Amino acid sequence: MMADTQTKEATKNMNMIEAINSALDIMLERDQSTVILGEDVGYFGGVFRATAGLQEKHGKTRVFDTPISECGIIGVGVGMSAYGLRPVPEIQFADYIYPGLDQLVSEAARIRYRSAGDYICPMTVRSPFGGGIFGGQTHSQSPESMFTHICGIKTVIPSTPYDAKGLLIASIEDNDPVVFFEPKRIYNGPFSGYYDRPVEPWSKHDGSDVPEEYYRIDLGKANVVREGEALTILAYGTMVHVAKAVVAEVGIDAEIIDLRTLLPLDIDTIEESVKKTGRCMVIHEATRTSGFGAEIAALVQERCFYHLEAPVERVTGFDTPYPHSLEWAYFPGPIRIGMALKKIMEQ
Amino acid sequence: MAKPDKPNMPVLKLHIPEPAVRPGDEADFSNIVVPDVDQIARPDEATKPEDLRELAFGLVRVLDDDGKATGSWNPGLTPDQLREMLRHMMMLRAFDDRMFRAQRQGKTSFYMKSTGEEATSVATTMALSRDDMCFPSYRQQGILVTRGYPLVEMMNQIYSNRGDHLLGRQLPIMYSAPDYGFFSISGNLTTQYPQAVGWAMASASKGDSRIAAVWCGEGSTAEGDFHSAMTFAAVYNAPVIMQVVNNQWAISSFSGFAGGERTTFAARAVGYGVAGLRVDGNDPLAVYAAMRWAADRARTNNGPTLIEYFTYRAEGHSTSDDPEAYRAAEEYAKWPMGDPVERLKAHLIGLGEWDDERHIAQAEELLAQVKAEQKKAEEKGVLGHGLHQPFETMFTDVFEDLPWHLKEQSEQMVTEQRSKFGPDWEPK
Repeated sequence: MMADTQTKEATKNMNMIEAINSALDIMLERDQSTVILGEDVGYFGGVFRATAGLQEKHGKTRVFDTPISECGIIGVGVGMSAYGLRPVPEIQFADYIYPGLDQLVSEAARIRYRSAGDYICPMTVRSPFGGGIFGGQTHSQSPESMFTHICGIKTVIPSTPYDAKGLLIASIEDNDPVVFFEPKRIYNGPFSGYYDRPVEPWSKHDGSDVPEEYYRIDLGKANVVREGEALTILAYGTMVHVAKAVVAEVGIDAEIIDLRTLLPLDIDTIEESVKKTGRCMVIHEATRTSGFGAEIAALVQERCFYHLEAPVERVTGFDTPYPHSLEWAYFPGPIRIGMALKKIMEQ
Repeated sequence: MAKPDKPNMPVLKLHIPEPAVRPGDEADFSNIVVPDVDQIARPDEATKPEDLRELAFGLVRVLDDDGKATGSWNPGLTPDQLREMLRHMMMLRAFDDRMFRAQRQGKTSFYMKSTGEEATSVATTMALSRDDMCFPSYRQQGILVTRGYPLVEMMNQIYSNRGDHLLGRQLPIMYSAPDYGFFSISGNLTTQYPQAVGWAMASASKGDSRIAAVWCGEGSTAEGDFHSAMTFAAVYNAPVIMQVVNNQWAISSFSGFAGGERTTFAARAVGYGVAGLRVDGNDPLAVYAAMRWAADRARTNNGPTLIEYFTYRAEGHSTSDDPEAYRAAEEYAKWPMGDPVERLKAHLIGLGEWDDERHIAQAEELLAQVKAEQKKAEEKGVLGHGLHQPFETMFTDVFEDLPWHLKEQSEQMVTEQRSKFGPDWEPK
């Protein structure tokens, strides 16, 4: 799975938080225009500790706390970009991003277009997203398809510490605005979706073997995490791990592709795989209607229609707010995926 | 980044606020000025905002350093009213302690205490009419305690159990209680501010007599919603009381990150042409007096008021927080405004209307009551132990009626559960 360009010299076992912290540290060191801002990211190092130690190391004007104003955080990011900085704001939870939406959607996303390149916005908005932590409806949402629907924003979602670091560095170096959603359920360890089984630490997963130095994983490149012939499963973030666990449990020869970047999407890898397997399933935790799975289904039928042996199957969260106590009945876990596998293979 | 092309020009510097002390340092509040009681006398409720400006920079106090109630703001409460106020605050503290402990015992996912800030929800609610509408943030459980909402209902919500009136949907402490004039709590910050103004505008437009009160923390005043609310309240002269509980800390960010280094939070009122009061938030009588003044003002069509309660968050932000990682230990012990429960107790003892034995006995009685309610709540389940809400409640209330796609998904959920628990499983 580590097909990306890099030499694996000094590697270290890292969880996803540590890998993100390492990416930020390296970019602060390499590029003096990089700045980190957000609620509690400075002295405290972030509520999930992603920026721990960075203010002390790089100084208060490079890593700093902000007022509780997502509109302000993203808006000043646009302004800092106009000056020539490369801001990396953190929105504490993806559920809190909405007050900043106007600055993101109407400003950051369009500044290059509307000024014909006079101004750009090389900003990377990091934000923990997704559920599985009993966070209720305001600490569990997966709003990624709201951003893929906006022209001018790239959307990136890592599924391992290794990918998180390489993708975050590439996002920060990208000259366009990137929304970088971090699946908080897997910050400390991959999650199989079998919530009643013991939690596995990252140290047992090869994706936690992370180079200490600089490396990039180019945006727009998916990762085939399991090769197979029976069907193609497309997933990202936490759901990559759930898909792998279910496929292993069911014993089906699925090809599992971790999309990693939703936009720009690696359509070539998807097309090649679906044409090979003839079946396609997309899994996401986000609500179903107008979710990213709908876009995938459309693309696959446009490009692979005559290769398909079954309709594209979507496995998703239900179209309700994320519940608190019934979290596991909501989550698209092994049962839902297992039933969908059965259905798509029987056709 | 340095630009030496204009060497004779001053070098610009970015200011990043920094609190005076950090972990390992000695707590120090020597910069806080506590003016004398009645440094600014209580004005008439009908006074125009432009004649009230200095109140936004002062500090309304009633209890002096000896615990005596003095000055023009003294609301003149009876000993019975004072004892009731003390009882509510002590109940709130007992409730918070038990629920915090329940979270630590794994009975729920989350809890938030209001320790040290009890006056800002109890005394304020006592100064309102029972039918006035409250739009709380997440730390005003004292409103419910004061209005007599059953504790067991609060606990059911905290446990997301079978008795939970909110059907296990919401994060613990995000209550909703319309019969008690208590709006549904959002997990998003300050969204309730413009909503309270809208409720007050509606009440005014219908010729009602009820007013609205809304709370947020000083950190959340940075959100745009706060400023939209202030503008609308001023434009429509809405009968609303907007309150900022300045407890000094927004998770790890001290009030300087909300602008507290530059001016008071009450002073936000001045620019909008709204009355602004800054109040000792740990003086329950001052809090009561300020709310009463603002409520009378709103009720007589004299317009909205912004009140800042100067207080201190004695505990962590929530059960997910560790304040020792970012602020000096022992800060609360040195807080110059003291503790609201202790101050009211001392005041009552000074009046000869209370004593230590009664205080201890009342604390024990309230704890026993909380424990008894807790036992009742736990009979209906705690989070993650089976006695949750019927599964079908996941799909109801997204809309008034269930559209086809939710019906389909609801059937899917039943099929999934049956595949796990057997064909006889029913969505209960």
